[in-house]
Amino acid sequence: MRMTGPMAGATALLATTLLPGGGAAAADLAVTIEIPRLDVAEYHKPYLAVWLESSSASAEFPLAVWYDLHMENEEGEKWLKDLRQWWRHIGRGLDMPVDGISGATRPPGSHDLHFDDRQALEDLPPGEYMLVVEAAREVGGREILRLPLTWPPVAPSEARVAGSHEIGAVRMAAKP
Amino acid sequence: MSIRALCTGLAVLLAVTLPMAAQAHRVWLLPSATVLSGNDPWVTVDAAISNDLFFFEHHALQLDGLVATGPDGEPIAIENPATGRYRSTFDLHLTQPGTYRIAARGDSLFASYELAGERHRWRGTAEALAREIPAGAEKLRVSRSQRRVETFVTAGAPTDTALAVTGQGLELRPVTHPNDLFAGETAAFVLLLDGVPAAGLEVEVIPGGIRYRDRLDAMALRTDAEGRVRITWPGPGMYWLSASVEDDRAGLPQVDRRRAGYAVTLEVLPQ
Repeated sequence: MRMTGPMAGATALLATTLLPGGGAAAADLAVTIEIPRLDVAEYHKPYLAVWLESSSASAEFPLAVWYDLHMENEEGEKWLKDLRQWWRHIGRGLDMPVDGISGATRPPGSHDLHFDDRQALEDLPPGEYMLVVEAAREVGGREILRLPLTWPPVAPSEARVAGSHEIGAVRMAAKP
Repeated sequence: MSIRALCTGLAVLLAVTLPMAAQAHRVWLLPSATVLSGNDPWVTVDAAISNDLFFFEHHALQLDGLVATGPDGEPIAIENPATGRYRSTFDLHLTQPGTYRIAARGDSLFASYELAGERHRWRGTAEALAREIPAGAEKLRVSRSQRRVETFVTAGAPTDTALAVTGQGLELRPVTHPNDLFAGETAAFVLLLDGVPAAGLEVEVIPGGIRYRDRLDAMALRTDAEGRVRITWPGPGMYWLSASVEDDRAGLPQVDRRRAGYAVTLEVLPQ
């Protein structure tokens, strides 16, 4: 992954001010995202991004982005900006695709994501975050959902938020 | 967004140059105004194929099938046509009082066949079909694709002559005049397939400005037994109405499938 610009700097600043962290290994974050089945004339699987934003919104930590990444000439990247907030805060500073983050679009149904502090979250400074899920569908709508997260978790916790049109329920489970 | 994955190469080419791009993306004409006054009115029109209405962000609509019909029912000159990367544009000088129809029409055949074990694809006109498909072609399948993309503008009082239908493909016969639409009022239109009212046809109506809202706010409507659809306009603005049909009434020998699409840009004014 390559981060550029102010975001990389902000992350580094947060890391230095909020440490100490680390140590306790294998803290785990499980996220389940439901993509609803929609009865529309022309359906395309949504572009979808998952990231953590720090409570001060001064740092963002990308977790996943699903888009049409196998198109010729990277044509699928043309629509990444439709993930409007992801693009503003993360996407425009990345050089896509990003190993471990980029993935293909997914069909309606329930999709499980796992992150732990040995891999995806190893550089995440301790602090208060929002898990953000944003979806945008070609010739369809857009929706963004947020769930609060304390990292690293001190006790197992669960949270859930329900979308209204482009995203179904998002469930998040964190455990130390 | 799987269509994006499919829309490489040939498919994109088809969307740009052919009728029936309606399946992927939206095809539209956007006039600078639909209700005009004064003694020398002009309109300028954008023509594009896009996802968001009415933003030219994907492909220009080619102008080769474009016809503008004046209030006397005769074609009028297309002025200053130009095609750029993302849109075509042209002007119309409205020299007569009354209603003008602006229509981008397409009518093409698509064929697939095998020759010496190899699969081939072909696109062209009905006249070229017999001439260009090799005699030894096997497993020949031909489908017809008819498209009509329209808008209407009126200088002075609305008139009806330019609204006359052709009886081919999917068309709209206004009950409410298309340049007399106001927020909160209910308009009615009849959808015709080959000149006959199309009953039970799904009609979608989407307000413009999609980029600046999260919900599509599409109205999913259906024509009644008389082919009539009623629309109560929730607010002022430009709207895109579309419908399509697939059937086996291609009306041409050797052609087994037909797809007919219709789309019209309608302006609804505030009260």
